[in-house]
Amino acid sequence: MIAVGIALLAPLRDPEGVRDSDARADRLAELELRKETKYGEIRDAEADFHAGKLSREDYRALDRTLRREAVAILAEIDHAGQQGPPV
Amino acid sequence: MTTFGRALLIIALLTAVWAAVSALRGARLNQREWVVSSRRAIYALAAVLTGAAIVLESAFLRSDFSFGLVVDNSSTTTPTFYKLTAMWSSQGGSLLLWVWVLSLFSAAVLFATRHALREIVPWATAVLGGLATFFCALLVFKVSPFTSVANVPAEGAGLNPLLRHPSMMFHPPLLYSGYVGFAIPFAFAIGALASRRVDAEWIRATRRFSLIAWTFLSVGILLGARWSYSELGWGGYWGWDPVENASLMPWLVGTAFLHSMIVQEKRDMLKVWNITLIVGAFTLALLGTFLVRSGILDSIHAFGASTVGGWFLGLIAVVVVGSAALVVSRLDDLRSERKIDSLLSRESFFLLNNLVLVGLCFVVFWGTFFPLISEAVTGNKASVGPPWFDRYTVPLALVLVLLSGVGPLLAWRRVTLAQVRRLFAVPAAVALATLIALALFTGATGSPASLVLFTFAAFTITSVGSEFWRGIRTRRLVNDEHTGAALASIVRRNRRRYGGYVVHLGVAVVLLGVAASSAFTHQVDVRLKPGETARVGDYLVRYVRPTADVSSEKLNFGAVLDVRKDGKRAALLRPSRSYFPSLDPAMGPIGRFFGGESTSEVGLRAGLKEDVWSAMQPDLRSLKPGIRAGNRQLASVGPRGQAIGIVALAQSYTGNAPAATFRLIVDPMVTWIWLGGVISLGGALLALWPSALASRRRISSLYAARLGRELSRA
Repeated sequence: MIAVGIALLAPLRDPEGVRDSDARADRLAELELRKETKYGEIRDAEADFHAGKLSREDYRALDRTLRREAVAILAEIDHAGQQGPPV
Repeated sequence: MTTFGRALLIIALLTAVWAAVSALRGARLNQREWVVSSRRAIYALAAVLTGAAIVLESAFLRSDFSFGLVVDNSSTTTPTFYKLTAMWSSQGGSLLLWVWVLSLFSAAVLFATRHALREIVPWATAVLGGLATFFCALLVFKVSPFTSVANVPAEGAGLNPLLRHPSMMFHPPLLYSGYVGFAIPFAFAIGALASRRVDAEWIRATRRFSLIAWTFLSVGILLGARWSYSELGWGGYWGWDPVENASLMPWLVGTAFLHSMIVQEKRDMLKVWNITLIVGAFTLALLGTFLVRSGILDSIHAFGASTVGGWFLGLIAVVVVGSAALVVSRLDDLRSERKIDSLLSRESFFLLNNLVLVGLCFVVFWGTFFPLISEAVTGNKASVGPPWFDRYTVPLALVLVLLSGVGPLLAWRRVTLAQVRRLFAVPAAVALATLIALALFTGATGSPASLVLFTFAAFTITSVGSEFWRGIRTRRLVNDEHTGAALASIVRRNRRRYGGYVVHLGVAVVLLGVAASSAFTHQVDVRLKPGETARVGDYLVRYVRPTADVSSEKLNFGAVLDVRKDGKRAALLRPSRSYFPSLDPAMGPIGRFFGGESTSEVGLRAGLKEDVWSAMQPDLRSLKPGIRAGNRQLASVGPRGQAIGIVALAQSYTGNAPAATFRLIVDPMVTWIWLGGVISLGGALLALWPSALASRRRISSLYAARLGRELSRA
């Protein structure tokens, strides 16, 4: 009971230490996940095109859109990486 | 030790309350320290409940009869294997299992998301903490698994004999893990709504947990069917029993969710639908738990009428009303700007598949609750049977099989008619050839529904095969790899897609088994004396001789059956009936051995083509004079003398056995159901298997470089 109490109350006794946990790193990790997902979609579209499920025109349009979205995520990652430490 | 167990449950309750309250405070005031504290509370909750489960399991293993639960559900003669399972054969034990699994899942998801979804996680933690509070409160105030016994008996009542089957070791915990697993995406969906962050991130963060829940539920359902087939002695694997249906409903809606969440991930659509589905799946999981506990519907699986049914109903009401209110208040955020581009696209067929799955769920729901509905409307409690369920579920299942073959062939957004013709040509040709071959060379035309299902299943299996083939061919063209390496590459690069295809294949195989075994089964119920024969299908079955075994745990009366086809021996089956002694002394020292629970032990020869299944009911009336005499003469002798009396009775049965009643069944392709289950499990594990981080990084850097190059060209 005491051990559980200590574990739960520790963050409240040192709130500054908890806030210092890197919000930016969290944001970056989330963006990395989104980037991986987007790359997966690009690969899927490519596979569908080679499998004959997408016409060349549809594939090009889709690929362009997905790459634009991927680039936006990369830009977000750069932006998040360059920001100073969280307040 | 019961006091220690109760203390752990009280600590668990306080910890769960803290988790919910501190998470809410952290979310509302955006105070990180409270959020971290709530996460730690969930970790602590998992540790404390693990301790409580260990205390209870060790009591069962030690046959500690100071625990009321151990007295009621175990005995010194219960095999160790089944002592471990006895925990979930009782109400208190199974509720402890529920909340323990919930705490483990919650701790795992909060650990996985400790660096992500800062806005959603605190609300999700509050929901998970709230659910844990509910179950811990039930365990502390209503049905404690740690009740103590004032006068400790020397022996317990033993485990319900029906539960003494290997499947029962795994069936309940898997089913519960499936039910509980849906709590994770549900909690994150509520978190997404509360924080107004309704993009696909909550789905991505909990995708693996949704699939784990679905996999557990699928395996749990199949193990339950297997237990029913080989233990209950009625000869089937699915009887549309309310508790069976209760597990099928969340599975159907969960399957719909697994498909529609991909649409939100890929196309940012169906946001309201996805939240509705996961709320539905979790509510139905709670409903399943409620059905088992309330005793409102007659079932062989129910714990009987109990005091916690009303509490579950209250929780279900809170979940449904609260979720609906939250969805309505966030409708503006949930609106998607994207629309389905074409009816010939993967997303439109996913939506169709969703409608069929939800339609199936509605049929099962209506049939299951019809007794209550009819009682409310007419005053009479009428129920519907398997023919009613078959009438509505069979057509929907046929459409579902076809859709599971069509979906993989289509691309996202749109496919042209010319591409449809090319992609569908081979699967459609194989399906047509299957239809013609079955119609010409088998008796399948006797069951049109089965014939259509075989045809659609052939389409689906070929469609999945052709998807693999297309992937391999593309890979070989681009990378100049041999077939095996190309197969490994495409699966490694997209485990989720190919794992899903394997699951489709497995489901098609399961439904093939269901269709064949339902439509072309042969069953006879006969009374035979030793030496007599009966015919079932193409088999001649002869009752060779009776058998009787006596052990400290049970009496077993059985038969040896010689099964022949075309004059050659096909199998030697040994069905039997086991009698477990009652603890009621009023039945007499010998009579009590026949007065307890009894179970059927099936004699089975399983095969890919067909199973030969047998169960028997011995006629023990001839033993009654001996039992009465034994009760009079052996009342004062010890257990050893009584055992000699029982052995003498058993010998008198085998020496002059009367006719016994047999149920004999020839069931085609039942093994395909279990085989399809194994294939589906393999597919699910493939989809769940994590990608190697190193290779992912390498691929990412390649794409990043390519993106950079193209960007610089633009």
